[in-house]
Amino acid sequence: MPELKQLRDPVSRRKFLAVGGGSTALAAFLAACGDNGGTTATTSTMGSSGGASETAQFGKGDVGILNYALTLEYLETAFYAEVVKSGLFKGAELETIRKFGREEAEHVEALTAAVTQLGGKPAPEPKAEFPLKSAKSVLELAGTVENLGAAAYLGQAPNIQSPEVLASALAIHSVEGRHAATLNTLLGESITPDGAFAKPADVKTVLKSVEPFLVG
Amino acid sequence: MNRQQLKAPELEAVEVDVEGGDFSRSEVILKGALAAGAIYGTAVVSPFVRKALAMSESGDVGILNFALTLEYLEAKFYEEAKSRAKAKGELKSLVNLLASDEQQHVEALTATVKQLGGKPVAEPKFDFEYSDTAGFVKLAQTFEDTGVSAYNGAGPMIKSKEVLAAAGGIVQVEARHAAAIRLQNEEEPAPAAFDTPLTEAQVLNAVEPFIV
Repeated sequence: MPELKQLRDPVSRRKFLAVGGGSTALAAFLAACGDNGGTTATTSTMGSSGGASETAQFGKGDVGILNYALTLEYLETAFYAEVVKSGLFKGAELETIRKFGREEAEHVEALTAAVTQLGGKPAPEPKAEFPLKSAKSVLELAGTVENLGAAAYLGQAPNIQSPEVLASALAIHSVEGRHAATLNTLLGESITPDGAFAKPADVKTVLKSVEPFLVG
Repeated sequence: MNRQQLKAPELEAVEVDVEGGDFSRSEVILKGALAAGAIYGTAVVSPFVRKALAMSESGDVGILNFALTLEYLEAKFYEEAKSRAKAKGELKSLVNLLASDEQQHVEALTATVKQLGGKPVAEPKFDFEYSDTAGFVKLAQTFEDTGVSAYNGAGPMIKSKEVLAAAGGIVQVEARHAAAIRLQNEEEPAPAAFDTPLTEAQVLNAVEPFIV
């Protein structure tokens, strides 16, 4: 799955990221929102006239953003549930996977409630299937999904209108970051694939990446 | 800010008068500090917090300077840890990575404050007490978790979309740090489904013991 690999390729993102030197750090910081370098993997939603209309297919304004997040959380929950069932993991790793699955399920609950509270219709649970060939390939997929999920939240944060919705989104976003770093650690990979400043992902990129797992 | 009004116990009754600039952030800080006082019944707002509030600028520059204070703390903590913490193997690599990340955060926040026409807060003097590697990792966990909650608390008050996007890019990295340190501590990397926000006053009170 070349698109997924590209998302995890730090090289294309590292143009602006360098250790030390105020100006390069600033460039990286500003690139986090401005994406001046035109990296292939992600594009910032900053400044584009798209804004919240990126998620229009999921609903208007904050409802659309929440439903977009809800869709991703449904997928993550389903993924972890399948992984637990697969019997590929034992002991501490299994416990971690179980725990993360429970947390994603809590995210589903919270986002559903938030949409309802805003008077919107919660997005339906998508039907999904995930390849579960080996423990290693599953961990890799989990890592990709979590890193992508974190980037998705980061991409939408500036588009959220309500401070309360933003507060909730941030409370979830950082947890996805924790998940991502944990999976990266289990895989022996860097906990910060983007370096000192995480990069956002736009809706198009995210949906394209999860599309292969959707059934029907 | 009118000091006399800090004595008012009921949040509703508090009128915040800030010279120039906007009111919303200072008001929220004040409410946070007073909420702490109301709950615990005493003057919980410490001298350091009072000073920080008095010096705080309104708006995004103030928030960035608040974040900068925390990043200074973390950067110094990890820089010192390179020689003090006696970390080995994986933990040693992690310390190096964290030191580098936090230093980059310091530089970026400093540059952004300047770019916005503000004055970057000065680096405080710190005193980190720990006597062994285990003590270091425990303290690191506290700092990273607190950092996440601090950014999450401040986020909704940020006015500029660009500053919010950039702060989001930093908090995600702090959360990644937190998870990695917790794993070193043999603690759960993501203990809860939601990382609760903290108010600026709560955060400043939490880090005050480490500032000389």
